Amino acid sequence: MNDVRFYKLLISVNALIPLGLLLIDASNGRLGANPIEFFLRTTGVLTLTFLLITLAVTPLRKIFGWNSLIKYRRMLGLFAFFYGCLHLVTYSIFDKSLGFSAIVADVIQRPFIAIGMIAFTLLVPLAITSTNGMVKRLGGKNWARLHKLAYVAAILGVIHFWMIVKSDIFYPALFGVVLATSFFIRLVWPKKQAIQRAIN
Amino acid sequence: MAAKKFSELPASEITPEHVYLNRRNFIRAGLVAGSAVATGLTYKFFNPQPAQQVATAEIAKIETPKVVSTVGEPNSFEDITNYNNFYEFSTDKRAVAQKARKLITRPWTVEVGGLVQKPRTFDIDEILKFPQEERIYRFRCVEAWSMVIPWIGFPVKSLLDQVEPLGTAKYVAFETRYDKGAMQSSFSAGIDFPYVEGLRLDEAYHPLAILATGLYGKQMPNQNGAPVRLVVPWKYGFKSIKSIVKITLTDSEPSTTWNLAGPSEYGFYSNVNPQVDHPRWSQATERRIGELSMRDTLMFNGYADEVAHLYDGMDLKKYF
Repeated sequence: MNDVRFYKLLISVNALIPLGLLLIDASNGRLGANPIEFFLRTTGVLTLTFLLITLAVTPLRKIFGWNSLIKYRRMLGLFAFFYGCLHLVTYSIFDKSLGFSAIVADVIQRPFIAIGMIAFTLLVPLAITSTNGMVKRLGGKNWARLHKLAYVAAILGVIHFWMIVKSDIFYPALFGVVLATSFFIRLVWPKKQAIQRAIN
Repeated sequence: MAAKKFSELPASEITPEHVYLNRRNFIRAGLVAGSAVATGLTYKFFNPQPAQQVATAEIAKIETPKVVSTVGEPNSFEDITNYNNFYEFSTDKRAVAQKARKLITRPWTVEVGGLVQKPRTFDIDEILKFPQEERIYRFRCVEAWSMVIPWIGFPVKSLLDQVEPLGTAKYVAFETRYDKGAMQSSFSAGIDFPYVEGLRLDEAYHPLAILATGLYGKQMPNQNGAPVRLVVPWKYGFKSIKSIVKITLTDSEPSTTWNLAGPSEYGFYSNVNPQVDHPRWSQATERRIGELSMRDTLMFNGYADEVAHLYDGMDLKKYF
């Protein structure tokens, strides 16, 4: 196994550990008094976490010159999408009993649901166009432009989280700060220096 | 000194391929195992298991309730005592049980005063001497989850009768103990302490409104508001203020904590009402703890027959 394949395996194992622990706790009845709420919240937080890790790849390359990280970005983004799917499916089944009209009504009436739904919807074309074939078909420039939607999804994700907490905004604020920092680095970190460091 | 020619390197100094591969596999296995443990521990750090149960003393004499009010199987003692909103300790419902162990409930006094004939400070032992009865009530949190809880307690009116409220008294204000040393909530909790709540006097006099001193036949666990708390089953849970140290009769509507924190989201009345949504989420349905799907929320949490008359002629959308 070459190094890239090994690191992909390493990332996959670690990305699936939270899900594994969640399922083990669930099967032992150890998610607490409100297991659905816990599952929903945890998958939501994991979605945001993987989105932020994905968006941290470019800043990390710029600062530390870890250019090889780019090889793992697609995979990290797909894990964000994976947890987002789990989050949406949990909500649809347990909160809405798979009632399509109830979900639509929720999206219309609840801004935080609408924002979460838009964020998820934005991830769908990104997941679909994540294959090498699609990159070629779209052309690098178009593909890159399309995938800027990931930033929008992350911002909406943080707002979605912020809107549902009752009064303690610590965690949504933390995600917001991390996201803002990564945007800041992306915008202001001088390119030249990044290249210099990459060479060193 | 010139470097040795490649051909001169003794074969014995070349790492054999299988050793090299073994070493690499060994390092890789270590990386997988080490990072997996680190990830697992990180997950566990952010999602700790609820605490083990704290045992409290049995309540000796429990009388048969005069008001029979609820149907439905009560939630388990474990669920009731490990899923608590008590922001003074933590904003994480699963973390409160552990942190509330620090609450000191003896000695404890409740100061009752304001617009009353006979202001008086009750010792907790005096409060426990009021005839205690079991009241199995539905409990509906504003966060759209609910439980059925077998409280032990006595009508608020029994206590108020002893201090003889004046004719000018129209409201009752309640205050939770605020012990900064024991109550170390998140700096970002978002509400001010001490926690304060209030009822209209006729609401407080309603036979369903009780001061609860225990649940499941045992003295109140700390996380549920030891040693004495209010329970008003037709209102959202946050109205049922915990760990009370002060009760004041007033002639004007008292401030209430959640109303101060979010006036557009939490009103003074906060009656359970499936027709009036929280601005951010629906109040039409709720998740009963122990059930997987949602059930319909009932008007006044199912106590409409008993309490609806208190609000005759009031616009409940305005007085939410």
